[in-house]
Amino acid sequence: MLASDIVVAQNVAFGIIAAVMVLFALRVVSSSNVVHAALSLVMVMAGAAALYILLAAEFVAVTQVLVYIGAVMVLFLFGVMLTRAKLGRDADLNNKNWAAGIPVALLLLGVMVYVLIDGLGDDKLDVTSGTAASTAAISDLIFSPYILPFWALSFVLLAAVIGAIVLARKD
Amino acid sequence: MSLLAADLPYWAQSLLRVLGGTVAVLLPAGTIVYLFLFKMMSFMQSRLGPMEAGPYGSLQLFAEVGKWLQKEDIAPENADTRVFRMAPLVVLVSTFLLVAVVPFGPDAYFTDFDAGVFYMLAVSSISTLGILMAGWSSANKYSLLGGLRAAGQLIAYELPMVLSVIGVVIQAGTMNLQSIVIQQNDGEIFGFDGLGNPFLLTQFVGFLVFMISVQAELTQTPFDMPIAESELVSGYMTEYSGFRFLIFFIAEFATAGVFSLIASVLFLGGWGLPFSWFGWESVDGIDNWMNVGGPLILVTKMVVLSGIIMWVRFSFPRMREDQLQRFAWKVLVPISLVNIMITAILKVVF
Repeated sequence: MLASDIVVAQNVAFGIIAAVMVLFALRVVSSSNVVHAALSLVMVMAGAAALYILLAAEFVAVTQVLVYIGAVMVLFLFGVMLTRAKLGRDADLNNKNWAAGIPVALLLLGVMVYVLIDGLGDDKLDVTSGTAASTAAISDLIFSPYILPFWALSFVLLAAVIGAIVLARKD
Repeated sequence: MSLLAADLPYWAQSLLRVLGGTVAVLLPAGTIVYLFLFKMMSFMQSRLGPMEAGPYGSLQLFAEVGKWLQKEDIAPENADTRVFRMAPLVVLVSTFLLVAVVPFGPDAYFTDFDAGVFYMLAVSSISTLGILMAGWSSANKYSLLGGLRAAGQLIAYELPMVLSVIGVVIQAGTMNLQSIVIQQNDGEIFGFDGLGNPFLLTQFVGFLVFMISVQAELTQTPFDMPIAESELVSGYMTEYSGFRFLIFFIAEFATAGVFSLIASVLFLGGWGLPFSWFGWESVDGIDNWMNVGGPLILVTKMVVLSGIIMWVRFSFPRMREDQLQRFAWKVLVPISLVNIMITAILKVVF
């Protein structure tokens, strides 16, 4: 592999985004303030969206922003601020047994690296044309071959909504 | 911006885009503040408004900006300083991201984004994050209450906004804002093409729901519960002063302008004139002067729509928090769902 194959704008951008994501991911678990941890998680999500854009999957990237930053994290912060958001440091936020998480995390990393290398190998995805993940292509996929899983997912969400209403109703 | 693309290097194009984006955010904000907040509100209240700085007080804006800039940058002692300082910027960033998809002319756009409508809905929700950050980090109960109210309101009204736009997307068959503009100006109403086919006519319900949701997303009266001054001082903005308050202020009115731009793109035909007036066959046949005329037409529509937003703001009393939530979930959401169903049925029939 030549140096000119590696140092392209996308790879430089990937490096920067990945570094930022790792940094903020570490801050999510090490921060001693719930809101700071949640805001760091927002940065990780934003980094994931940026990676999708690098892969020319704009629809997935926008979905990532809409669902994870716009909805999940806002609701999460909303809930945290409503209940237990102290300003400043919170000593009991970090569990004493946090070190036990390290081998689990490493194991997960190993499994994912193995699966990715085993599954993709030297295959190269053609992302320059940008057609594979365009909005129209994704909707064609969802509404023809994957219509059944799509329906099933809708039913799961519907059940979740009904469950939430049942839990929240006072009578 | 690709009007000039042929002879400009990439960096110059990017520089032009950044400058254009800044103008597209600041110009509507300035126009709305002077025209409506200073002048229209004053006239409606039988007073003159600012008259001293410049002719008819037209330089008052610069005086105000100068005043805010020279104030001290204060953060409360117990505040979470870093989050406190970042919050206004997050809100402003959401505005700048929004303007990136608005098409201003046949070749005058920042990006020709395929999922433009979707993108617009996604980035507009980022400002909620900034408001929550501001409310929490201020170390003030009023601010926290204001921030939580704002978040609850923005989440509630985002839904009808998304649903009301789907009608337009179904009718146009695309989420690209540029294609939506072209379809409206290229279209015809039962063979009559003198007006184009602005989606305002076919999607009037969607337009109403969209404008009401925009009013709520901007937390303008009658939906200004989050900054209700008689009970929450100024909500999440209570502790802000100096240029950080200025950023919130600019973001509020710039977002009003950008949402008006988007509403005119979605429902009023955007930058275009009906193509039949000039015998243009398609988007490639459009004369080049539309790249200058288009932005002017779009800005005119923006001024009219933001005028309506401000008019409502100055006329209506504030809604109560429970009325506000009930209105979103029990009135607007069902109406827009019915609108989607009818639009989908008519789309299949015709």
